[in-house]
Amino acid sequence: MQNGSPESPPSTPGVQLSADSTMGHLEVRGVGKIYDPEGARVEALKKCSLDIPAGDFIAIVGPSGCGKSTLLNILAGFDNLTDGDVLMDGEPLATLDDPPKPGSDRVVVFQNGALFPWKTVLQNVVYGLVVKKQMPESEANDMGMDLLARTGGLDRIAQVFPGQLSSGMQRRVEILRALINNPRILLLDEPFRAMDTVSKTNMHQHLLDIYDTYHKTVFFITHDLDEAIFLADTVVVMTTRPGTIKLRLNIDLPRPRNRHTITSQQFMELKQHAVSAVHEEAKKAFERGERELA
Amino acid sequence: MTKAALMKRLSPSRIRWRGVTSVIAFFVLWHLAVVLGVSGISELPTPVETLATFFGEYIADNDYWQSWAVSFQRVLAGFIIAQLLGIPLGLVFGTNRRFREMFFPVFELMRPIPPLAWVPVSILFWPTNESSIIFITFIGAFFVIVINVYDGVRSIRNEHMWLAQSLGASRLSIFRRIMLPSVIPSIAVGMTLGIAITWNVVIAAEMISSDSGLGRMTWEGYVSSTPEVVLIGMISIGLAGYLSSVVVEWIERRMMPWKETR
Repeated sequence: MQNGSPESPPSTPGVQLSADSTMGHLEVRGVGKIYDPEGARVEALKKCSLDIPAGDFIAIVGPSGCGKSTLLNILAGFDNLTDGDVLMDGEPLATLDDPPKPGSDRVVVFQNGALFPWKTVLQNVVYGLVVKKQMPESEANDMGMDLLARTGGLDRIAQVFPGQLSSGMQRRVEILRALINNPRILLLDEPFRAMDTVSKTNMHQHLLDIYDTYHKTVFFITHDLDEAIFLADTVVVMTTRPGTIKLRLNIDLPRPRNRHTITSQQFMELKQHAVSAVHEEAKKAFERGERELA
Repeated sequence: MTKAALMKRLSPSRIRWRGVTSVIAFFVLWHLAVVLGVSGISELPTPVETLATFFGEYIADNDYWQSWAVSFQRVLAGFIIAQLLGIPLGLVFGTNRRFREMFFPVFELMRPIPPLAWVPVSILFWPTNESSIIFITFIGAFFVIVINVYDGVRSIRNEHMWLAQSLGASRLSIFRRIMLPSVIPSIAVGMTLGIAITWNVVIAAEMISSDSGLGRMTWEGYVSSTPEVVLIGMISIGLAGYLSSVVVEWIERRMMPWKETR
């Protein structure tokens, strides 16, 4: 949102974590992905088009194996596409001739968590800053401690190894590890999938706090429709394989959102609207009974 | 681990007494079995006799401790050389496809050959008896270490590699800061298995082709029909192996500070 709003984060030494949402505009244009084109020809994505405005929170919902992770991997630069192209802020990010590369402007938080178990929380958080040699390690550490402290007092676990933390806490640290690099886009691949309802609710609130503070573009994958509507500005329902966009739903629930949002009339109406689309695809996927793809 | 939990673990009211009891019970049963003439066992000396021989003739005997030292040296030499060669080879197998495709089949052909089957070739090939024993000991640990490190490289999580790439790590940095730490737990497994195998192998090799060491001492006890010596030898080997495992475990914990103590 606008600079200088009361939500904008206090300045930190070194890299500034910007809170303006002029960066992170994604254009996905007719993207297709076929695995093993010479052999089995598994079509994961077909003519996928999405325009994600800068600073938008977009949630992708779809049955298991609908290619939503494939799309995320293309955006992250872990996988190439076989049709169409992707632009980020007007610049080509992934084209047929120029396969995408990973970059710290698009950092992923993975489904099963990918903190480095041999590094402490602080070392994990500052890993990106240190490895790029952007700043001396001590400065990176200061910045990491500062960010941890400002995020619910997580500085108290700075010296702990991830293996000693709950999965919710691990995920929070992971989101910060991505955020500290000041990315244009946060890519979240079902980060709360394996959590119980209570932890999940807490994590939603933490994520929304971060979103309300930093206004990064968020690309959030889930198969939980409630979660998608509660968090996002835009909910996109994907079809079962080959994945295409089935429905795009604008979520105009007011922010900041809280637990009352989820019981509001408006929430119910939005859910009503999306639920049949999701179930149709889920049923198709279920009947096909295929194993999850990637 | 909290201090309270640690105290609990060390408190005399837990586990420890069970261990002590079972060791005592073992010796008592052994004694009873000999005294009551259980067939087969009645030929053996009682633990009391064994201990008497041990304290009377061995504890102050230079040759006895020399046997310990010799066996330990062999184990250590074989084990360390196996680590020094095995870890890099495992890493190369895991990271370089061309190298793996070329040499892994040969490796896999040699791996099932038991270390002791190497004894004749080893004696022919190596100039001294000592070096051939160390070689056989090395063989015992080498294959296990390589296979574990290789497996460790293969099971490095994609997410970790991707993330490091995303955050801008160079190839060298990914190798040093992501791959190596990821493989450390597998190296530790290789060490645990390796140290056990080296003791197995060194004792057998000593019995076959050496004139020193704990294995030789045990064998001489048998040849000279002094079962006390056989038993002292066996118990000594057991203790030596146990001590080695304790040390290896300690090293492993130092290597992996992020793992909670088991």
